[in-house]
Amino acid sequence: MSRIFRFFIAIALVSGVLLYAISSLNSEQGYSGENTLTIYNWGDYIDADLINRFEKETGMKVIYETFDSNEAMMTKIKQGGTHYDIAIPSEYMIDKMRKEKLLVQLDHSKLPNLKYIDKRFMDLPFDPKNHFSVPYFWGTVGITYNPKMLNGKEIDSWSDLWDPELKNQILLVDGAREVIGMGLNSLGYSLNDTDKGHLLEAKNKLDSLTPNVKAIVGDEIRLLLENQEAAVGLVWSGVASEIMAENEDLEYVVPKEGSNLWFDNMVIPKTAKNVDGAHQFINYMLDPKIAAQNTEYVSYSTPNKAALQYLPKEMVEDERFYPSSELTEKLEVYENLGKENLAYYNELFLQFKMHRK
Amino acid sequence: MENKLTRSLYAVPYLLWIILFVVAPILLVLYYSFFNIEGQLSLSNYEKFFTPVYLKMIFSSFWYAFLITAISLAVAYPAAYLLTKTTHKQLWLLLIITPSWINLLLKAYAFLGIFGTYGAANNFLEMVGIGSKQILFTDFSFVFVSVYIFIPFMILPIFNSLNDLNPTLLDAANDLGASRWTTFRRVIFPLTIDGVKSGCQVVFIPALSLFMLTRLIAGNRVITLGTAIEQHFLVTEDWGMGSMISVFLMITMVLIMMLTGSRKRGA
Repeated sequence: MSRIFRFFIAIALVSGVLLYAISSLNSEQGYSGENTLTIYNWGDYIDADLINRFEKETGMKVIYETFDSNEAMMTKIKQGGTHYDIAIPSEYMIDKMRKEKLLVQLDHSKLPNLKYIDKRFMDLPFDPKNHFSVPYFWGTVGITYNPKMLNGKEIDSWSDLWDPELKNQILLVDGAREVIGMGLNSLGYSLNDTDKGHLLEAKNKLDSLTPNVKAIVGDEIRLLLENQEAAVGLVWSGVASEIMAENEDLEYVVPKEGSNLWFDNMVIPKTAKNVDGAHQFINYMLDPKIAAQNTEYVSYSTPNKAALQYLPKEMVEDERFYPSSELTEKLEVYENLGKENLAYYNELFLQFKMHRK
Repeated sequence: MENKLTRSLYAVPYLLWIILFVVAPILLVLYYSFFNIEGQLSLSNYEKFFTPVYLKMIFSSFWYAFLITAISLAVAYPAAYLLTKTTHKQLWLLLIITPSWINLLLKAYAFLGIFGTYGAANNFLEMVGIGSKQILFTDFSFVFVSVYIFIPFMILPIFNSLNDLNPTLLDAANDLGASRWTTFRRVIFPLTIDGVKSGCQVVFIPALSLFMLTRLIAGNRVITLGTAIEQHFLVTEDWGMGSMISVFLMITMVLIMMLTGSRKRGA
């Protein structure tokens, strides 16, 4: 008994000492009060060198945390346990957070560098007049494929995927909006269509794709495509550029019927303690040279028009990742369709998954 | 009197635990299951559950859970029996249990590599002249990996009950002229049935609500109730429907426990 008791005392003592050490270390390094900036971002989605530089320039301490889904991020911000000063959600989530009053309105006078952002990417329906968010990166949804595995066959439209030659060769990403959206686009409907008849039609069209679909997977899709597990994949452009860097045989195409245009924007959540520092950080990231360096690291498409001149030519002129404005005209941004419609999308997606060959 | 007081004091942590982490969550799940996606009180989730989509899902969940349990049992019983006959039983048992210490996700990812088009399994098939086949994202790979994951949980209770078997009973059966098969059927199996039952419970119930493997190994070609719960909670944010399916699973589990639970043997 006394041995167990002593054991517990020892554990309590060790924890106490460690706690004290952490708090004294934190205050020594300035990790307290107004002088810190907590950033909440997707994993591996910023050049860490830029954070160091920001710390040096401003004397602020940056705490960097990551999330892997918009939903998880929103849940954590709603609970408000951590005081995130900056978060980088995707567009539909910004609309949702804006409506649930989870965001702080931006003070544009503190963001002079906002002028460098391409006008195409400003004032979009999910955040009119950019009251709450500033574009960070953007991209498309499209098809990545391996011409070598397909004997040189080229793909440039959604309907090409229905070719019987592609039997068991397609990997789809596990997202209801992406997959149902593909069905809608291939029928010429809008990605934000909420007409039940149209959606059902899209689902039936997708059912007929089943023999070609090898699997519907999550993040593993990168690994699987890289390893040539399948020749074709429905992916986001960011994923495509990453795997194309690993496997040079792969190609990426934005289907000509149209597709999705997505954004990840910087916002200041209501949990922010250091609103001023957050503005400073956003403005810093909008600086053309900084944005260019970040783009080279992350390799997604930057919305910063002035940054393009600092980027390698072959990167900027790559129509696959910087599509012409004629093509972007045809692309649609996801609108927040509301819970009920989203539930219907998911219901149909579930039915599509259950459809057997 | 004081003794009684201290005894009830000892019960406090246990009661707190049960109330906070068992009773309260179950009640919450039950409560949520009566709300539709708009947040209104309704029975719509229960109505929706009995539509063909979900009935088909229930059927496939049960079918796969049954397959997984049956195959695990078929492998585990002989294995456990052999284990009790070896000299270093505990060591062998340890070797079989060790894989269950490794994280499930890691094991699943390993199978992505092994079963892939250019993976070890296909290299082997190629070598023996069968030629490469699609293994990943099939029913076979799903059942195989699930069985691999659940087998230690099946072996353990069966091993324990076999190990507790009094060897003199087998001698007696032998003396009385029972053949080996009769001895197994009439003596060994009935005496270890409790181990088999608890092994089946431990495998069948989690197998009903598997969700991660359905995506990683079966590529979402197998949809179980667990997948649906995950989707309702994480993507759709339809907590009501997710809770409803959980309620269904809990009721099923209680029923299974009641049906297979060991009744007191007497009269």
